Order: sequence, then structure tokens, then C-alpha cells
Amino acid sequence: MTILQLLILIFSFFALSRVILRTRDKKLTLYEFIFWVFVWASVIFIAFFPGVSTFFANLVGIDRGVDILIYSGIGLLFYLIFRLYVKLEELEQEFTVLVREISFIKKKEK
Amino acid sequence: MKEQLLKKIHENKVGQALEKIPILKNKIVFLFSMTLIYIIIPAYEEENSIGKVIDDLKKHGYENIVVIDDGSTDSTFQIAKDKDISVIRHVVNRGQGAALETGIQYALTKDPDIVVTFDADGQFLAEDIKRLCEPIKNKRADVVLGSRFLGKAKNIPLIKKIVLKLGILVVYLLYDIKLTDSQNGFRAFSGYAASKIDIKSNGMEHAGEILHEIKSKKLKYMEVPVTVVYTDYSISKGQKSSKSIILGLKMILKKLMR
Repeated sequence: MTILQLLILIFSFFALSRVILRTRDKKLTLYEFIFWVFVWASVIFIAFFPGVSTFFANLVGIDRGVDILIYSGIGLLFYLIFRLYVKLEELEQEFTVLVREISFIKKKEK
Repeated sequence: MKEQLLKKIHENKVGQALEKIPILKNKIVFLFSMTLIYIIIPAYEEENSIGKVIDDLKKHGYENIVVIDDGSTDSTFQIAKDKDISVIRHVVNRGQGAALETGIQYALTKDPDIVVTFDADGQFLAEDIKRLCEPIKNKRADVVLGSRFLGKAKNIPLIKKIVLKLGILVVYLLYDIKLTDSQNGFRAFSGYAASKIDIKSNGMEHAGEILHEIKSKKLKYMEVPVTVVYTDYSISKGQKSSKSIILGLKMILKKLMR
């Protein structure tokens, strides 16, 4: 086992433990739990069997196995940022509704 | 509206008594059939101009004024309050779109015939309101949009002109509405239209959102020329042209997300 593999293993287990804890607190839905377990399990799997990623890379026409990881990683990040953007927008709108209601209540009090 | 009122008078006892005094009856009918116009002014840090704007509106006979102080830190709130009009205060600055929606919701509780949105920086002229309301009174439109390019735009800076023309193009591509001025805050809504339109955008993207609402709720709209005065003050308070690119992108993103 190389040092890199050891580090990936430790970090992945740490991340998995967080996922399990959050799910137990009901902060994550079952769907999200499965998604994150799948992500980190694949990370561990690929760390120990790098050939697998090369196989998938060649399948879609990319030479190196590491490259497909980086590409899909960037894609995933973009998607998550988009989700965050949508969530933030929702929060902004809900916050405005609150500010508006407070302004109406204050207006009535006077 | 007048017919409805006459019918109501016939139906009720006080009204029947009134029938015997035609002069009084006519006077009451006249008073009640007047169009109730609410002027909504979103204001953020406008202590230098808000007082003058309100005075000017009052001079032109508009008494129903709602100022939404959008969390200003200056004395905007106090100045508006001293003018004996309705003032609502956002505790946190939420942007012009949010302030407009607050104003519209508040005005709707008073059952207005027409709701007019007006700027606090003195860019618009109170005398134009009459022209903006005319098509709604005649039932020719539900929404009337002011256009500075149909009218006289005084001292409009070149860069602003280019940005506004681009805005027209973006609005045409996104919403399929051909306007001569898409970013003008001077608008009039019938009570019905005001109740239908729901502004969710907090910031300046509300201009696009209002157009989307007009289109999707099938409201009749038209443009009317208005004068927009560009002074050093209004330019400094107004939207920076450089921010328009971000605004355009936001409008496109919002459209995609809908």
C-alpha cells in the first residue's frame, strides 16, 4: 500500500463516517445517503484498483484513468455548485418574505 | 364601476333615501367613482430626493402614496414619514424587486383601481402619471409601461443608451416581447394586474420577471412615452452600466431555471 492509498483510505472513511452520522441525525435523506456512500466507496475502490478507472476511461475514449476521474470530478462540482445556487436563491426569496411580513406587522403596530 | 355603484344605491335603503336628493346622490357617485390610484415608491438611501418627489406628487393631486424604505441607513424613512403618507420599512435591504412587491401587496389591501410604480430619485415626472393611467381607465390595457425612447429622455448618457438597447434585445429573445424600453421603472398596473403579478426576484432582475408575468398571465400591455430626466444625481444613484452584464446573465439564468 502506498502512502497516497493510505491517505485516500483514511479520508474516505472519515467522510463515510460523517455521512452515516448526518443520516442518523436525519439531516440527509436516504437518497442522499446512497449517493454519498456510492461516491466514497468508488473512491476507495479506484484507489486500490486503478486499472478499473483506466478501463472506463478507454471505454469513453480517454487515455489515462486519472483523467476521467478529474473530468467527472469537475462535472460533479459544477452540478453541486448549481444546486447550491438554486438553494441560495430559494433562501433569499424566503428571507425577503420574512422581511416583508415583519414590515407589515410593524406598520400595523403604529 | 359607476354602474355598479348606481346599482348598489338602488338596492339599499340609505341609497333609496338618497334618490330623493339628486344633488347629494350625484356628488356621492362622483366621489366614489373616482379612480383610486396608489403610487408606490421603493426608496433606498434617497434622503436627498425623496422629500421633493413626494411633494411634487402631492402637488399633482396624488394623495395615496406608499414609500417602501428598503433598509436605508440615512434619514429616508423619517423624511417620508413626516410627509403624512404610508411608509413601510424593510429591516434589511432586500433590493428594488422585493421593495416593489412589498408596496404592491400593501396597496392591494386598499383595493386600488390603479397601482403606479415611481422612482425615488426624481427621474420621473409626476405629470406623466396621468398619461400612464389613461389606457387602464379606458380598459385598453392591464399594464402600461413607461418608455423613455418613445418620449423625451433628457441627457441620456451614450453608454447607458447602448446598455438599454441591449436590454431590449435580451428581453425580446427571452420573453418574446418587443419593447422600446425594457428597464424602465415607471409602470402602471390595473388592480387586477397587480394582484396577478408576483415578483420573486429581489434585485433588478424584476424588470424581466414582470414581463414574464405579463406574458404568462396573458395581461394586455402597452407602452406610453415618459420623460426620464438624467441629472448627475440620478446617474450616480441609478444602476451602473457595468453591472448590466451580470444583470443580463442573471435574467437568462432565471429564465432557464423556471
